[in-house]
Amino acid sequence: MTRLASLRRRLGARIGAKPAAVLAIAILAIVLPFGLDAFWLTTATFVLIAAIGALGLNVLTGYTGQISLGHAFFLAVGAYTAAVLGGTARLTAAIWLPAAGVVAALCGALVGPTALRLRGLYLAIVTIGLVFIGQHIWFNVAAISGGPGGRSFPPVTFGAFDFSPGQQLTLGGLVIDHNGLYYYLALIILAAAMLFIWNLVRGRPGRAMQAVRDREIAAAIMGVNLARTKMSAFVVSSFLAGVSGALYASYLSFATPGQWSLLLSVQYVAAIIVGGIGTVWGALLGSMVIFALPSVLQSLIPQSSSGGLPIDDISSIAYGLLIIVFFVLEPRGVVGLGARVASLWSRVAMRGGKGGGLSEETQPLERREATWAR
Amino acid sequence: MTAFFQLLFQGIALGCIYALVALGFTVVYRASKVINFAQGSLLLVGAYLVSVLATGLNLPFVLAVIAAIALLAAGCAIFQMMVLQRVLGQPVFVLVMITIGLSIVIDAAIPAIFGGNARILGDPWGASAVHVGGVTFNWVRIWTVLCTALILALYFVFDRFSRYGLAMRATAADEEAALAVGVPVRRVYALTWAIAGGVAVVGGLFLAGFPGSVNPSLGNVSLRAFPAIILGGLDSPPGAVVGGITIGIVEVMASGYAPGWLGSDFSAVAPYVVMILVLLCRPYGLFGTRPVERV
Repeated sequence: MTRLASLRRRLGARIGAKPAAVLAIAILAIVLPFGLDAFWLTTATFVLIAAIGALGLNVLTGYTGQISLGHAFFLAVGAYTAAVLGGTARLTAAIWLPAAGVVAALCGALVGPTALRLRGLYLAIVTIGLVFIGQHIWFNVAAISGGPGGRSFPPVTFGAFDFSPGQQLTLGGLVIDHNGLYYYLALIILAAAMLFIWNLVRGRPGRAMQAVRDREIAAAIMGVNLARTKMSAFVVSSFLAGVSGALYASYLSFATPGQWSLLLSVQYVAAIIVGGIGTVWGALLGSMVIFALPSVLQSLIPQSSSGGLPIDDISSIAYGLLIIVFFVLEPRGVVGLGARVASLWSRVAMRGGKGGGLSEETQPLERREATWAR
Repeated sequence: MTAFFQLLFQGIALGCIYALVALGFTVVYRASKVINFAQGSLLLVGAYLVSVLATGLNLPFVLAVIAAIALLAAGCAIFQMMVLQRVLGQPVFVLVMITIGLSIVIDAAIPAIFGGNARILGDPWGASAVHVGGVTFNWVRIWTVLCTALILALYFVFDRFSRYGLAMRATAADEEAALAVGVPVRRVYALTWAIAGGVAVVGGLFLAGFPGSVNPSLGNVSLRAFPAIILGGLDSPPGAVVGGITIGIVEVMASGYAPGWLGSDFSAVAPYVVMILVLLCRPYGLFGTRPVERV
């Protein structure tokens, strides 16, 4: 019994939450596609794909404190790598998907050194420049991007099997369609990435990143190699962005250069802030809010009763208002909301005579957030 | 050579608009360390306000502009007091996200209310111009330069000699110390937003002047003004002016002289290229303050 308990504790420490909760979420994620119609399954797939990229941004911004608004650029680099290798050169996804990450990571390694000279919002605005210079390239180099009209992106292919619309996989009576295939691929990649990042941030490199975030000079004095730490944060972040961008474009199957805009970057930043900055789960939680919200709003607003106003504008207005209201009411994001619910729950439990106080999980989290972002 | 002077004049006029946008940014940034991503959207609101007051309500143009400045300044101050002051003390990121939310709302609300088509501004200048030695000086551009000079002068006098200007500088230097000696910091924040709103009206109206028009894409100018504020230094109003005019000239010159192999519309990214080059040499811009770091 004690062995089992200690195993559970260790397992819990490795995956970041109580094993039962993680298991429940994993099972829920696996059975989810069978309970959703095509519209919501598509939305869920986009959320998972975006969460991979958001996780990357959380390494850079949340854990290392380097504010970047250039994520759209790295997503685009990954997407166009996939387009050139998978579409033009007709290679399999087993090659272009990792390659998308690697090429984006190389771009990240080129941009990384600027972070050694620039701090805070100056870095943020230089990375905005990256988005615009990137868009200039995409609009003008038609061989890569198809020019202003856009280009088609290859479906994920493994050998003879491909994920294009109409394809389906039958596993012991269960039919997984085109959307489901992308869903599970994204889920597997996201789970692997979360495990990797979770281990990374609790190890030596992750501690170094958090030290750089909290007090850069103090970290340098204690022997943290600033150049190497910031570079590796950029490389990991842009690798995940590249993979996410490649999957996103492949799932969309067609994209124009205009899509890799500053707004996309802003959505990613919003996602990690909403979900919880410097947390592994925050990337997923935030992506659920930010990237599923337009679909939710679209389904909530009846097409007929829009009073003559364009439906896109109404959902944008609602989206912006929700961002404002959300941050005014709960500046700490979904994780803050969770902490609030947890403390409320423990208070209720205490009143019921079960004991408790503040949940032990929430306390270090609050402390971590208090030291961040001065 | 005539072409050069023509471009130079256009560059200076465009630079003046950038300087106004950049001034709006730096005033807010200096006091509260918030980059106001909604500044471009405020410009958009300003241009539409002037257009509605001048052509819809048929007010005289000068009166319409003054009324628009008053309305938008009041609106911004109210937004600051009602919304942003609730999250004072939270990480700056939260406030920045709220300004992004505001800009999403405005950018969607304007076309929803007024439609996607361009409106006329109702300005008295139109396309009229004076010609001196082959160079065309559009009246709207001449007024852009004059009004910008006037507003900047007013701002610097206000900042240097008035009681609230002093309060603004004190808040910028050290918020806690300012609070301790009785500076009404909350009112200063509201004031900075009011200034940002008032300046945005003037920027927006000149941006919409000939050959432009009042249309929903006016707000994009704020993205092109980022290089201007960074070039001058985020927290330096004089830097905003120098940066704005420099970027305006760079952009117009690039549109006139950039070789074809750089791709079409290179002038739109030229400011960013210049900005990155400057920042690699001077990481806090030309006039920004280098923070003293304590461990």
